[in-house]
Amino acid sequence: MKTDALIDLLATGAGPAPRYAVARRFGTAVAFGATGGFALLLFTLGINPAIRDFLALPAFWTKMTFAAVLTLAGFVASLRLARPGVAVGNVKWLAAAAMAALWALALIVLADADPGTRVQLVLGNSWSVCPFRIALLSVPMFAASFWAMRGLAPTNQTLAGAALGVFSGALGASIYGLHCPELAPPFLAVWYVLGILIPTVIGSALGKSLLRW
Amino acid sequence: MEQTAFRFGGLQQDGHNSPMTPVSPSGVTGSASAANFSDEVFAEREERLHALMLQAQAGDEAAYRVLLTELSDRLRAYYRRRLTTMAGDAEDLVQETLLAIHNQRHTYDRSRPLTTWCYAIARYKLVDFLRRRGRREGLTDPIDDDFSQALSADESDVTDSRRDLQQLLDALPERQRLSVVHVKIEGRSVAETATLTGMSESAIKVNVHRALKALAAKVRGSK
Repeated sequence: MKTDALIDLLATGAGPAPRYAVARRFGTAVAFGATGGFALLLFTLGINPAIRDFLALPAFWTKMTFAAVLTLAGFVASLRLARPGVAVGNVKWLAAAAMAALWALALIVLADADPGTRVQLVLGNSWSVCPFRIALLSVPMFAASFWAMRGLAPTNQTLAGAALGVFSGALGASIYGLHCPELAPPFLAVWYVLGILIPTVIGSALGKSLLRW
Repeated sequence: MEQTAFRFGGLQQDGHNSPMTPVSPSGVTGSASAANFSDEVFAEREERLHALMLQAQAGDEAAYRVLLTELSDRLRAYYRRRLTTMAGDAEDLVQETLLAIHNQRHTYDRSRPLTTWCYAIARYKLVDFLRRRGRREGLTDPIDDDFSQALSADESDVTDSRRDLQQLLDALPERQRLSVVHVKIEGRSVAETATLTGMSESAIKVNVHRALKALAAKVRGSK
């Protein structure tokens, strides 16, 4: 085939390019993924009956802020990595800062605590189910965001898959935060982070095969 | 080598650079002027290609044709420099990349340099090709392969790939094939094609889109 013939084929009747395609695809994905995750929480675990009391606690807002900032960082990174030639950029520092802040807070709390209560602060009452519930609640957003990315052009698929994993995992953590009664930073620093890490690792592993184009 | 890689369009790879930054103030003298001159050439090229891309994205077919032709020249130079003993492969890659550029044009952000976007696609396709080739080479005799490619490298102005458009089209599902033949090869409008084939206009657009995606996949899989 002559390259000129191919150019003719591509240009003829090409019409205008779709506009705002990245925003539209991810917008659709978020609509389905976030609604799906939230519905999953309502139908399975439910919102914590004591949620009204939580709203008055700074520790609750610290937890939610951490999850929200990481969700935002994962989202922005995903949007950037969906385009050829765009690097993750400064948003990786936002994610790093959220992690560093949570870990620093956890260490301060542990250092301050009575040595006998430290193990309890890390394990809480739900350490064995927390990461899996976060991973489970992240599934709708994970699937939807992979769908979105598959229609775009990531050139680093491993990193793009990881970014989608951080995004959906952190969103799963935000949703789970409405049910989970644990508020101690040492607990969050281990089990919430592990819960977010599950979709991140799976995402980066699936990237190469699912996101090729 | 890496330096030339970045000079695909004169801009760096990481996408943070504004297209206009390489332009130097005029009237600079001394040893720096040669570098400034080439920076200006690259900046001027970026400006021109970027303008063509905006017109093409808005639906200007003629601008799109000019743009793709220019890009194919850049891509040919880019791939030939990197695949010196494989002229046929270089042209295959040029075509594969043009298809990718078309199919992914919705991922171009007009506020960023066009050349950075194209370079990232070209590089991605090159890496993908080398990986596939590496996997194949484990199964065949590499010496024999190199020898035949060294001979074919003499045809220095091949702009023909080894694949056959007709065969690729024939392998498409009927509705996709019909849509492409009418709209893309015979140049009929979508409305005309709709009356001819009895498909709806939106079905034709979708079929053309899917056909080009399928062509890109076949082109990649055939190597």
